[in-house]
Amino acid sequence: MKKDSWLASPFMVWVLIFTVVPLGMVCWYAFTDASGAFTFENILKIGTYWDYLKDSLIMGAVATALCLLLGYPLAYIMSRASWGAQQTMMMLLMLPQWMNFLLRTYSWMTLLENNGLINNILGRIGLGPFHMINTKGAIILGMVYNFLPYMILPIYSVMEKIHDSLFEAARDLGANRFNTMRRVVFPLSLPGVITGITMVFVPSVSTFVISQMLGGGRNMLIGDVIERLFVGAAPNYNVGAALSLVLMVLILISMAVMKKFDDGEETGGLMM
Amino acid sequence: MKRIVSILISAAMLISSISLMSGCSDDGGVEKTGEVLYVYNWGEYISNGDDGSLDTNKQFEKETGIEVKYITYSSNEEMYTKIKSGSMTVDVIIPSDYMISQMISENMLEKLDYSNIPNSENIDDSFANPAYDPTGEYSVPYTWGCTALFYDSRYVDEADIDESSWDLLWNEKYSGKILMFNNQRDAFGVAEAKLGYSLNTENREELEAAYQELVKQSPLVQGYYGDQIFDKMESSEAIIAPYYNGDLLMIQESNEYVKGYIPNGANKFVDAMCIPTCCQNKSAAEKYIDFMCREDIALANIEYIGYASPMSAVVEQLDDEMTGEFFYPSEEKLSTCEVFYQLSDETNAFLSSKWEDILNNVK
Repeated sequence: MKKDSWLASPFMVWVLIFTVVPLGMVCWYAFTDASGAFTFENILKIGTYWDYLKDSLIMGAVATALCLLLGYPLAYIMSRASWGAQQTMMMLLMLPQWMNFLLRTYSWMTLLENNGLINNILGRIGLGPFHMINTKGAIILGMVYNFLPYMILPIYSVMEKIHDSLFEAARDLGANRFNTMRRVVFPLSLPGVITGITMVFVPSVSTFVISQMLGGGRNMLIGDVIERLFVGAAPNYNVGAALSLVLMVLILISMAVMKKFDDGEETGGLMM
Repeated sequence: MKRIVSILISAAMLISSISLMSGCSDDGGVEKTGEVLYVYNWGEYISNGDDGSLDTNKQFEKETGIEVKYITYSSNEEMYTKIKSGSMTVDVIIPSDYMISQMISENMLEKLDYSNIPNSENIDDSFANPAYDPTGEYSVPYTWGCTALFYDSRYVDEADIDESSWDLLWNEKYSGKILMFNNQRDAFGVAEAKLGYSLNTENREELEAAYQELVKQSPLVQGYYGDQIFDKMESSEAIIAPYYNGDLLMIQESNEYVKGYIPNGANKFVDAMCIPTCCQNKSAAEKYIDFMCREDIALANIEYIGYASPMSAVVEQLDDEMTGEFFYPSEEKLSTCEVFYQLSDETNAFLSSKWEDILNNVK
């Protein structure tokens, strides 16, 4: 094993250049002022952005929970379907991903508008119009729609490995379907669930395009604030970097909390 | 300026890069020189061969053998940040006036050698030595225009329209159907004009009053947008919106009922071609700027993008629908308009925090 470790060197170089160095730069900016002198001031300024952080964390959590509710049963059904059906479902799941993320979000904008497609159709049958666009709900919908596959795939890849004989054994031992789910399938799928939650929560919390398109520009998330601090009219890289750092730390903490629930399962959930 | 959706820009980028890669040399052009020129421009801001228009960049490649790599941005600030941080080395940029003056003051622009840009003679004298480039050494005007107010004539009462003011944006009758700029400079500009202040005011009391105007407007506003304003106006999702006059024809293509006027105190802007100091190939960059000033090329570009041209020779050749008072406002109207100057960092930071308040806490 050891002597082959050089094979990892291209990846290590990649990580060094595109992860370690940028992270170092974020830290450097976060702890210096415009003149380059060391300061804690940027971190202390975070308080003024607390509302955005809180909003982003809450909305990210809601989107993640919805993804789990929608994704878990689907992943289960997929993993128990025939091979052909699995392939078809996988295809249907991945197909929209081939289209650009921005385009997909943009089309949701035209769907949800007051004069949009959905209200048009509802209007024909005498319902509505419902006000959907430019609300927090619309943003959460955008998050769920865009990130759902990242919840389904890791759960599916873990569940698919659960052998049918385990279900038979559970039945032989007298477990009904509910108990089989609760005591066999769920514990075994937990690593996938943890990976899925991480992979949905992280991009949801830090997103900025979705909130701009579906939130009417007035439901800014922390991602929007950071973007503005870098390319807005009054750029401040130092505060922007400090905010990114705090966001990262918060995400790491929530991931660590999640890991607590994952009681040392060995089966890998990281299949992406 | 901020035209069409950023998505289309990226799609256009992809397409243009593909077409550049497959650009064949057997269509009568000169031999490829192997030189590469990086052009960094606004999205949808050049004639690109769509709908039978001239593909400007391809034509340049054909005539000079210099390969053009065309990249786009969606705001002056984005372009500035990328060049300032060194994450992008480009040869030609087309920023707006106030950004040009800022970049000059930060030594980010090269002086141009006008003997290499003979076609710049085509540009009207009234554009010589502008306030943003007082010595006229750094920039060659590309287009100009004004901020304007668009409205859907099917839904807005003629009686509510006062072509001298921005008041329509504050009309409670149209609550929820009004859009607003999503960039603070333009948005505050509208409020300042409404109050009769200068668009470049740095007076805290005036800025505070402008902020109060925007707060007052906030409940009526459906959303704060950039390019999405096109979509929303075209589909009648919104019926009143401020934007840039040159975009009217593009909107009318999808919604003929949209009309526009330029209120007093609008922002007059000029977008001009410059060479940043990171330029790697100044002679090719000057060739490109010269090429863009050539009458036939300038005409093709203006016909495509719809903004006003700084060359009267070009204006004379345009269709009537592109030369009306709305696109080329009278001197009288222009005397009420104002050009943006770069604001101090303190004012920008102050506006930024106020702007965030408007977008969030005041809902």
